[in-house]
Amino acid sequence: MTSKVSFLTQNFGKYDPHSIDSYLSIGGFRALRKAVTMDGEDIATLIAENKVKGRGGAEYDMGRKWSQARKVPGNNHIIICNADEGETTTFKDRPLIQNDPFNLIEAMIIAAYVMRATDGYIYMRAEYACFRPLLLNAIRECHRNGFLGKDILGIPGFNYEIHLYSGAGAYVCGEGTALIRSIEGKAGRPRMKPPFVKVSGAFARPTCLQNVESLSLVPHLLLDDKKVYQSYGVGDSVGTKMISVGGNVKHPGSFEIPFGTSVRDIIYGLAGGIQGDRQIRLIQFGGASGKVASADILDTPYTYQDLRAAGVMVGSGALCVVDERTSVIDFLRINQDFFSEESCGQCTPCREGNLHIKIILEKIKNGTATKRDIAVMEKIARVMSMSSLCGLGETAQNTLRSAIEVFPEVFEVGGAEA
Amino acid sequence: MSAEAAVKEEIPMVHLTINNIPVEVPKGTKIMQAAQQLGIDIPHLCYHEDQKIKAHCRLCSVEVTGKRRLLAACSTECWEGMDVHTDTQIVRDTQVSILELMLANHKKDCLSCARNQNCDLQRLCTRFNIQDSPLPSVVKLEPRIETNPSIIRDPAKCIRCGRCIRACKEIQGLNCLTYAGRSSDIRVTTAYDKPMEATDCILCGQCSLVCPTGAIVEKDDTQKVLDALQNPHKHVIVQVAPAVRVSLGDGFGLKPGAIKTGQMVTALKMLGFDKVFDTNFGADLTIMEESAEFVERLTKGGVLPMMTSCSPGWVNYMEKHYGELREHLSTAKSPMQMFGAIAKTYYPQKAGIDVHDIVTVSIMPCTAKKFEAARPEMGRDGMRDVDVVLTTRELIKLIKYVGLQFTNLPESEFDSPLGFGTGAGAIFGASGGVMEAALRTAYEKVTGKTLEKLDFTDIRGFEGIKETTVSLNGKDIHIAVAHTLKNARILMEQIKKGTCQYDFIEIMACPGGCIGGGGQPKGTTNAVRKERMKALYQIDKNLPIRKSHENPDIITLYKDFLGEPLSEKAHELLHTSYHKVYRPYEK
Repeated sequence: MTSKVSFLTQNFGKYDPHSIDSYLSIGGFRALRKAVTMDGEDIATLIAENKVKGRGGAEYDMGRKWSQARKVPGNNHIIICNADEGETTTFKDRPLIQNDPFNLIEAMIIAAYVMRATDGYIYMRAEYACFRPLLLNAIRECHRNGFLGKDILGIPGFNYEIHLYSGAGAYVCGEGTALIRSIEGKAGRPRMKPPFVKVSGAFARPTCLQNVESLSLVPHLLLDDKKVYQSYGVGDSVGTKMISVGGNVKHPGSFEIPFGTSVRDIIYGLAGGIQGDRQIRLIQFGGASGKVASADILDTPYTYQDLRAAGVMVGSGALCVVDERTSVIDFLRINQDFFSEESCGQCTPCREGNLHIKIILEKIKNGTATKRDIAVMEKIARVMSMSSLCGLGETAQNTLRSAIEVFPEVFEVGGAEA
Repeated sequence: MSAEAAVKEEIPMVHLTINNIPVEVPKGTKIMQAAQQLGIDIPHLCYHEDQKIKAHCRLCSVEVTGKRRLLAACSTECWEGMDVHTDTQIVRDTQVSILELMLANHKKDCLSCARNQNCDLQRLCTRFNIQDSPLPSVVKLEPRIETNPSIIRDPAKCIRCGRCIRACKEIQGLNCLTYAGRSSDIRVTTAYDKPMEATDCILCGQCSLVCPTGAIVEKDDTQKVLDALQNPHKHVIVQVAPAVRVSLGDGFGLKPGAIKTGQMVTALKMLGFDKVFDTNFGADLTIMEESAEFVERLTKGGVLPMMTSCSPGWVNYMEKHYGELREHLSTAKSPMQMFGAIAKTYYPQKAGIDVHDIVTVSIMPCTAKKFEAARPEMGRDGMRDVDVVLTTRELIKLIKYVGLQFTNLPESEFDSPLGFGTGAGAIFGASGGVMEAALRTAYEKVTGKTLEKLDFTDIRGFEGIKETTVSLNGKDIHIAVAHTLKNARILMEQIKKGTCQYDFIEIMACPGGCIGGGGQPKGTTNAVRKERMKALYQIDKNLPIRKSHENPDIITLYKDFLGEPLSEKAHELLHTSYHKVYRPYEK
């Protein structure tokens, strides 16, 4: 029943993450050495062949992204590793940083080779301050051993520096343009696109933003001659995925699973089932901006396609399991509080919409909501999704809107039409 | 860009449909402009044609076939084959919801608002038939901030569109206003929530010009004027700045740049002013003093470059930001203050009126003028030279208040003896005009020859920094003209570094000069500014006397009262001094 694999996590526990020698002893930087013998485009193709989708939540074809990024003119591209995993219940990048920092750095150097980048930034969420020494040491050690700095691996002109940056902990800084503004020293508020980040990102330089997990996969794929990665998964959901399971489960944690594992296996196998063996009220997929499902979803395979068909999404890779002790409306209120706090406040629908939906949810809780309130709430939620400036406003009401579909009885209020 | 211009520069055209109507636009055109081409006004609030696109308010969201979400018409470029819809159900729901959300976080005291009937939010709510928001009010009723004589902020009316922030940053480069906080707590404020005047602000009022609601407005002094006009013991005189006659019509639906001098004078007389005078007269006086001062500095080795001092926003900037270089400023007062000084000394003497009964009102395109008039050095014996300053916007209100049909009014002439101005005085309202006027006089004074070509076209127009060289008795005089403080800063830094090659510099704080001032009617865009600029040069061209020193009333004034330019009397009345102003963080 339990299906846990070790492809992405194959280095975990095999070496001392504080020591580059230890990393080298298990074959560290072999992927980089191989990469520099290849054409950058072939590396992008390799990623595309493995059908890797960006693991941050947007599910953008990663091989295509690299291929597009390297075609942007310029010779001072920037690689940003988005380590700002701020979605609630999301902690699947954390073990990758904690157990395998050198692999991440190696991946960023490979990315620099492919995209002719001269600077790389790791934007790590403020709450992961405890990993700063670990990453700073890894960067320093790579420098000392010629994997960073000038003429890397003796290749003339292959110059690359990696910088570690943390913001002040705003959720919205996980959004690409806000993250970039934060790196630039500005207030972390998203901006409109265009200009697109790949053309004019950090410091107006061409920028490729990639999630920790997406990047971490690259060295392993480069050395995967036997195509082990492709042996995992179902259909278009190829390979393995890091997930994090939290909420009212017995053994919350992050796990690497092959795509296709059933939700039931994840919750009752890997996470040990529900605390006190209670009933499941709902499961939220992909963090605060994700959608919810009832226990009806338990036998759905965890793939991009099947989850989508079941009304939810992989998103950040988080599963928040809520048992019967918490009502749907209380869960929605907590989720809404998060967005009412974390909206950046620039654009009208998100700034004001989150405020009013919060008020109406309180009314539902108190039994004072009218049918008109529900209609207004649905309308605002739709307008927010359709017209907000950035992804935060777009997805802030995913949870509510899916809850209205899955649990319509919660929103059946008495009271007047108007 | 127009279609013709695009063809000339070989910009490819793209074809799209908006509400099923085909339209062809140059590549790079945004949906909003393409729609405008078809006569469709897509609602917007944060978008402003002179500013960088923000795409914050989302009111201009439109549906584009094949796109999952709505796109902002202000920021989305048209592409070949694009199929845009501006009037579908979701677009309407979005427009109405956004306005309702804004209204729920707005004070909604329209009747007592300075922007009533002249408010973009109100206009759009009227358009969409929104009488009130169905949402509960969430506005935080913060008090109005009335700490300076020029600008009032009313945060409870702010819709967080960010136009004021961009105006301050993009025009003046001052960044006095900024966003603070986040989510529903986000607000527009100053550094450390200090009052505007305690920041880098120089009270130019450009923020008040672009604010779509009543969140930033001029301080309203109309009641003071109405009261004075009703007081039978007061002799109320008014002066009108050169830039007002070409902008006043905007408030009455006339096309930008309409010259309405005669109607304006009639309106002021009908309002009940005892005498209607012209600031152009004051401008001519300023030229007499300023050009004499320049010649003196040039010949006697004074501080150069000399810089003009007519723009009170600029003077504030100099005092606040470059106080140590204030010796460069001409000591000549601005036309308004010169007029005020004469109106409270020479005029009562000549007219036989007790000076204590005289109330001087000035109509200015400017919010900083309110501050200038209140400066302690601008008066004598505890009396202000200029008692009340009204902006163009306030004059429009007054004219509407008394019910004058402005566009139908007959024309009339300014009164004597302070109502006659030359063409040189008229062009004071445009960037480059003060310099041109000064050169016309300085040239003739220094060389003793008649200036044949009066038009100094090098220093006309909308370019940020303009320059020219004039030969005075064989000596080349290097001239620069700059408008907006962003450009002024470039020249100030040159002076600071000692690399400045100029002898004489004109600076105006507002874009295009006073015609683009912060007290001008709403809707003052750069395109409108250019029309007003043309109109002022038209006025100049049509006047029989175009040099300040040939103004017969000025000649009489010197003969009867002042003596010579820079005389002791002139110094006492027409010149001022400056001081370094420390901002709170400098102390």
